[in-house]
Amino acid sequence: MLSVSDLHVSYGAISALAGISFEIAQGAIVTLIGGNGAGKTTALRTISGLLRARRGRIAFLGEDITALPAHKIVARGLCHVPEGRMIFSNLTVDENLAMGAYLLHDRALIAQNRDYVFGVFPRLKERLKQMAGTLSGGEQQMLAIGRALMGNPRFLMLDEPSLGIAPRLIGTIFEKIVEINRDRGITILLVEQNANLALEISRYAYVLETGRVALQGESAQLRTEPLLKATYLGG
Amino acid sequence: MVYGVLRFINFVHGDVFMVGAYVGYYVGRLVPHHSLWGGLAVLAAAMIVCAALGMLIERLAYRRLRSSPTLNVLITAIGVSLLLENLSQYLCGATPRSFPELFPVATYHVGGVFVSSNQLVVIGVTLLLLFALRYIVLRTKLGTAMRALSLNPQAAALVGIDINFVISFTFALGSALAAAGGILYALNYPSIDPLMGVMPGLKAFVAAILGGIGNIPGAALGGLLLGTVETFVGGSQWSTYKDAIAFAILIIILLFRPAGLLGRFTVEKV
Repeated sequence: MLSVSDLHVSYGAISALAGISFEIAQGAIVTLIGGNGAGKTTALRTISGLLRARRGRIAFLGEDITALPAHKIVARGLCHVPEGRMIFSNLTVDENLAMGAYLLHDRALIAQNRDYVFGVFPRLKERLKQMAGTLSGGEQQMLAIGRALMGNPRFLMLDEPSLGIAPRLIGTIFEKIVEINRDRGITILLVEQNANLALEISRYAYVLETGRVALQGESAQLRTEPLLKATYLGG
Repeated sequence: MVYGVLRFINFVHGDVFMVGAYVGYYVGRLVPHHSLWGGLAVLAAAMIVCAALGMLIERLAYRRLRSSPTLNVLITAIGVSLLLENLSQYLCGATPRSFPELFPVATYHVGGVFVSSNQLVVIGVTLLLLFALRYIVLRTKLGTAMRALSLNPQAAALVGIDINFVISFTFALGSALAAAGGILYALNYPSIDPLMGVMPGLKAFVAAILGGIGNIPGAALGGLLLGTVETFVGGSQWSTYKDAIAFAILIIILLFRPAGLLGRFTVEKV
């Protein structure tokens, strides 16, 4: 579904991605793990069009999207829930969801998506008229995912959904991710610091290290990999 | 308007205001004077021309500077402002021209106060535009996108908002309002010249700061307060210092309440 080949990205003179390649099959949950500065967020930002690649190619559903602006990539069904959630804190929860459906014009479809989002995150329905900036961290993450779901994505990229969230809510968020993937058939690319959790729910994993793919394989196998265990899984 | 979305002061605003008045002057020759519909048609024409001018300025001058430091944008704005002022001196001449009486002229006597019909037009059109603007910004999808963009352009792009389009629309809206301002001003001070926009442009800036920048009712309140203060000072023995007092207000507000009267210091959870 998504195919990234030989992607190079740099910030000025500093290279952030030095030629990474990966494939994501339709319907899967795939995770990118790695330490700080490994290039995980850079990879997602380049795929969604917020950053430009210096070299390499990104293909989505067989079509080259490397040079498309961000809003046209979203229009193809590839949606990015960025690190730090980036909800519109100056808008209400309701308006945030409406913005998620910015590209849709079919009212019935928008209403249907809203119902689905409220089904997944009932908490959002209770907070509709509240300013999004006043939500708790976990609720903001629910809103960010809900906003993305409003646009009918086929492919969802989640950047650090566990960041800055009360520990008891992390489990809930991850259950919902699995549920979204299973019930709606949305393919998911998950970037996570919490490698244990990410390997638990994903089918396949890529380990990034300083801008390169250091290791890849079935998540179940990687969990027992001694090198990975020592570095990311806490021994 | 533009500040609210793009976080920079559009110094060209006063000059678009001037262009609006000139468009009114030239289009005003084509319609019958002293008629309500003729006046409104001129108003609409000036707003449309200036909306297009605003989009053109954004496209040519500001778009490339989207990721540059604010100072560069500010300098460019001053450049565009000088360009418009001098271009219209070149094209239309520097001599002041008298603005036609577009609307019917009458004076009403209401409870001991004299009100001219032009003043009623100003109040009516201003209120109408204020409500229209509030409606667009607060109730429409495009307005919501403007607010979303003002907070975080990247997040806006990630939900599929075409940033260039929304910014262009913002400039069109702001410039159309400036044109309306130019016409309303010229109706009451019926002498127009290419530099007429400079002072009102600065005053609008003071009014916006006074009310709380990026806040629509705040800007209206600021304008009203500033106008009232100026009128009273103008009628007193210190009338020479009318403009100085307006800018003194700016300095005082910036020192003691930088968020303005209706502005808030926003506190957000991260």
